[in-house]
Amino acid sequence: MNASAHHPSRSRYFKIWAALMILLFVTWAVATLNVGRFNILVAMSIAVVKMLMVILYFMHVRYGARLTWLFAAAGFFWLFIMFTLTMGDYLTRSGFHHG
Amino acid sequence: MSNHSSAVAEQFEDAAQQYEAATLGMWTFLATEVLFFGGLFMAYIAYRHAYPGGFAAGSRQINLVFGTVNTAILLTSSLTMALAVHAAQGGKTRAVVRYLLATLGFAMGFMVVKGLEYHQDFVEHLVPGRHFTTDLPYGAQIFFVLYWAMTGLHACHVLVGVGLLSTLAWLAHRGRYSTQYYTPIEIGGLYWHFVDIVWIFLYPLLYLIDRHA
Repeated sequence: MNASAHHPSRSRYFKIWAALMILLFVTWAVATLNVGRFNILVAMSIAVVKMLMVILYFMHVRYGARLTWLFAAAGFFWLFIMFTLTMGDYLTRSGFHHG
Repeated sequence: MSNHSSAVAEQFEDAAQQYEAATLGMWTFLATEVLFFGGLFMAYIAYRHAYPGGFAAGSRQINLVFGTVNTAILLTSSLTMALAVHAAQGGKTRAVVRYLLATLGFAMGFMVVKGLEYHQDFVEHLVPGRHFTTDLPYGAQIFFVLYWAMTGLHACHVLVGVGLLSTLAWLAHRGRYSTQYYTPIEIGGLYWHFVDIVWIFLYPLLYLIDRHA
């Protein structure tokens, strides 16, 4: 017997899919409109939201054990450490940025 | 009574614990995958910071329609995968097979689009090396090293997914799964959703750097 007592309904899955497709359209639209410096912030924010929707609903993390949530978060935690420490180096060097 | 695959292995107290262990095991593997792709994302971040102009120029060369269509394909394949798991929960074997085959169809559709796209990129001299186009600013070639490496690695993962989905569809068709035991379908789903998530990030980073209306 599988542990998770709750699973999303079929209609919930379709609603998540619809939201993902809308967010895809928004990503494309904002990029085409080109809001300059905010392009990457908007695009990454939307990507993070899409990722969370897939993880929480399609991958059932919302409905699973807390330990599962911890394991799922762990990978991204280490990724964040790698990004932060590495860019801490590159962003404080002169001569690395070329334009 | 129960076939060997639905019996609880002796190190587990009950089926619920066995299922949770399988889930945690897959998430541990996915954490290694996050860092596997993460290395390439790290290189992307560093070199985009170094050569923003070159990266923007490179991004404008690749086919936005193909990239966007492929994103839509993968998002939809995640839906059909989730529906396959949902059907497995309800013991609906024929629906499980149909949804797994649908996911497989989307996966192969993705590869077809990617093949067309790669062909176009090759013809337009966007492969780094001796024949790389001379029309683009410095840094564009670095963008393309990362483009081919990241989409190539992702495509390898899609191919592994094709193998996985085919196997699951076959075993489901043979009646291997039931409401009491469908863990492999759920775990396979976790892998497939991960492949989708990687592309969710690849799409804006590669295709949408500097597009204009």
